[in-house]
Amino acid sequence: MAAISRTRLLAVARKELVQLRRDPRSLILAFLLPVFLLVMFGYAITWDVRDIAMVVVDQDHTAKSRELVQAFAASGYFHLIGYLPSASDVPPRFDRNQARLGLVIPPGFERELQRGQGAPLQALVDGADANTATIALAYAHATVQSWAQRAIPKAAAFQPPLIAESRVWYNEELVSRNMIVPGLVATIMMIISAMLTALTIAREWERGTMEQLAATPVSRLEVVLGKLLPYLVIGLVDVTLTAVLGVVIFGVPFRGSVPLLAGLSFLFLVGALGLGIFISAAAKSQLLATQLALFATYLPAFLLSGFMFALEVMPPPLRALSLLVPARYFLVVIRGIFLKGVGLDVLWSQALLMVAFAILGMALAVRMFHKELE
Amino acid sequence: MIGREKLERVLGIMRKEFRQVFRDERMSRLMFISPVIQLLVFGYAVSTDVRNVSLFVVDHNRTAESRALVDAMTSGGYFRVVERSDRSDDLLQALDRGRATMGIEIPPDYSRKLGDGDARVQLLVDGTNSNVATVALGYAEQIVQQHGLSTLAEPPPLPVDLRERAWFNPDLQSRNYNVPGVVATIMLMITMMLTALSVVRERELGTLEQLMVSPMTPGELIAGKTLPFAIIALFDMVVITVIALLWFHIPFLGQAPLLLLGAVLFLLSSLGLGLLISTISNTQQEAFLTTFLMIMPTMMLSGFMFPVTSMPKVFQWLTLVNPLRHYLEIVRAVFLKGAGFDALWRQFTMLFVMGSAVLWFAGTRFHKTVR
Repeated sequence: MAAISRTRLLAVARKELVQLRRDPRSLILAFLLPVFLLVMFGYAITWDVRDIAMVVVDQDHTAKSRELVQAFAASGYFHLIGYLPSASDVPPRFDRNQARLGLVIPPGFERELQRGQGAPLQALVDGADANTATIALAYAHATVQSWAQRAIPKAAAFQPPLIAESRVWYNEELVSRNMIVPGLVATIMMIISAMLTALTIAREWERGTMEQLAATPVSRLEVVLGKLLPYLVIGLVDVTLTAVLGVVIFGVPFRGSVPLLAGLSFLFLVGALGLGIFISAAAKSQLLATQLALFATYLPAFLLSGFMFALEVMPPPLRALSLLVPARYFLVVIRGIFLKGVGLDVLWSQALLMVAFAILGMALAVRMFHKELE
Repeated sequence: MIGREKLERVLGIMRKEFRQVFRDERMSRLMFISPVIQLLVFGYAVSTDVRNVSLFVVDHNRTAESRALVDAMTSGGYFRVVERSDRSDDLLQALDRGRATMGIEIPPDYSRKLGDGDARVQLLVDGTNSNVATVALGYAEQIVQQHGLSTLAEPPPLPVDLRERAWFNPDLQSRNYNVPGVVATIMLMITMMLTALSVVRERELGTLEQLMVSPMTPGELIAGKTLPFAIIALFDMVVITVIALLWFHIPFLGQAPLLLLGAVLFLLSSLGLGLLISTISNTQQEAFLTTFLMIMPTMMLSGFMFPVTSMPKVFQWLTLVNPLRHYLEIVRAVFLKGAGFDALWRQFTMLFVMGSAVLWFAGTRFHKTVR
């Protein structure tokens, strides 16, 4: 194999850049999509449950019952939208998505409260969205408990025999943004590498310029590297942008080492780009390449990496499948560096996998490219 | 007579379209395999139910009492013990390395203090995944508290007894919410993608001009080009619904005709959007990418995975012009709530208005681009 010439390499890279500049859709993918995702996940969409629309059925009409409702309204989790005469009026509100929680205070609530035998209360919840419902119920329990502690002297005097002191690590406020934004770094890399590079080689085949390229003195390795270079730069720019905006604008904590993140991101990007070029060279058609890239890399990175859905709670076959998703390991690295502030002593096994992935990606790309040319 | 000729011309192009779709292996894959994959993913992978959370136990007490507490933690199926140690540092290490999500530390004097009615244990949770952490911590605190009360000889004065009752989904399984949602997203993807690709393919091959010089009117051409995909989408809807009911045992409380009406109204928008994409794309590759770029925000701002009510107000308003949002509400309400037309007429109206508008706009543009 001939030595790699810098002039030829850069010439291929420059040509790739010119082509990229003329393709508005690729530019959108490269620059607007990351910003869009960041705004979406950083600002608009979240799993954090706030402002739960609630209705109250107060059949007691006493000072205590009003106090309790007040406690719900003041908790910050619930948004009181109105009162209903009876419990059977609540479900129709669920039907119309007007309320998610109904608090039913039966007659005699205050009297039972004074007797201390457990005044009955009912929480009706719209269970259709199970996740939100679970959290809403947990908030309702907490609100009732803390109110009872304050409002009832007997309860305040009672010492529970066992108390759990809880402490949350790494994401103390339990904000879903802190989990998602670092994960976006990985997802954006997958988009850049899979969707964008999937086009590059297939485009040459489709337009018939591959033969021309092959006839030039540029070596195959130079072609692969030259095509990779612009995307590598775009990828690193995007990642830096995401990380900086995430930290500066959305206040995501960054506790680890920047060089470590940069180094491992670089390795992961090289592997993923190699994979994209491999797909592109194998598919030979831009349409097929994009579809393959979407199904092979992008969707698994979104769904089977632990980006949004915890792998821990998935059924074992899917968990086993996730072992094949490189983004899964990279996500451990990113969250470890961002939120946990851990270093190579903890992440060394993932780091080794990143090296292996980079080598594998490049080897696949160069090999497939060679094979297809012959 | 003219009406009949019209019908025959539309049927002719539909027949051609069907033949083309079924001959193209890729298209068939998209139509039949992707719904199955999505069902599997959303039926199994995308679960927000919190079960089997990995628990690290540091038991400094090592008595029957402390073991009883650990048993109480694991007996409900919410937690499973992955490791034990008698050093607190090991617990922190395990959290750092992601080997455990939750840790419980039982102090040396636990059993004695519990006898005195004044015991404390420490719960540590890895908050990296905020969703899992919130729910798991809630479970753990409740279990510990209940366990403490159960050790008392006489039950404590219980000030308030809050009974909960979940409507529509008593076991609070997220699958019941996610799987019906797949009905809607699959229909969106199939119709947008297939319509856009099929029109653009004719343009790429140069056969669109041929169609234009045939006696067909643009309206007939649009009908012939979109109806096959509407039929395929409805077929997919039936298949997914059947799998949802028989395999995943999702409840279906509502009326099937209502679901069908919602589907037809929704198809107006999704076919219209597909047609619109075809008018701004020159190649199938461009059409595919554009569809992808449009589907992403549509899904994110629909309530499919992220509840609309948790979004900032501005984005909540934005979701009002998203047909997927309204269709999802219809599908879920019909499946899980058995809601009738009186509860859903708003969504139906929105779908009809938006669908007609999009289809009309796309039709006019299409008209112009083929001229």
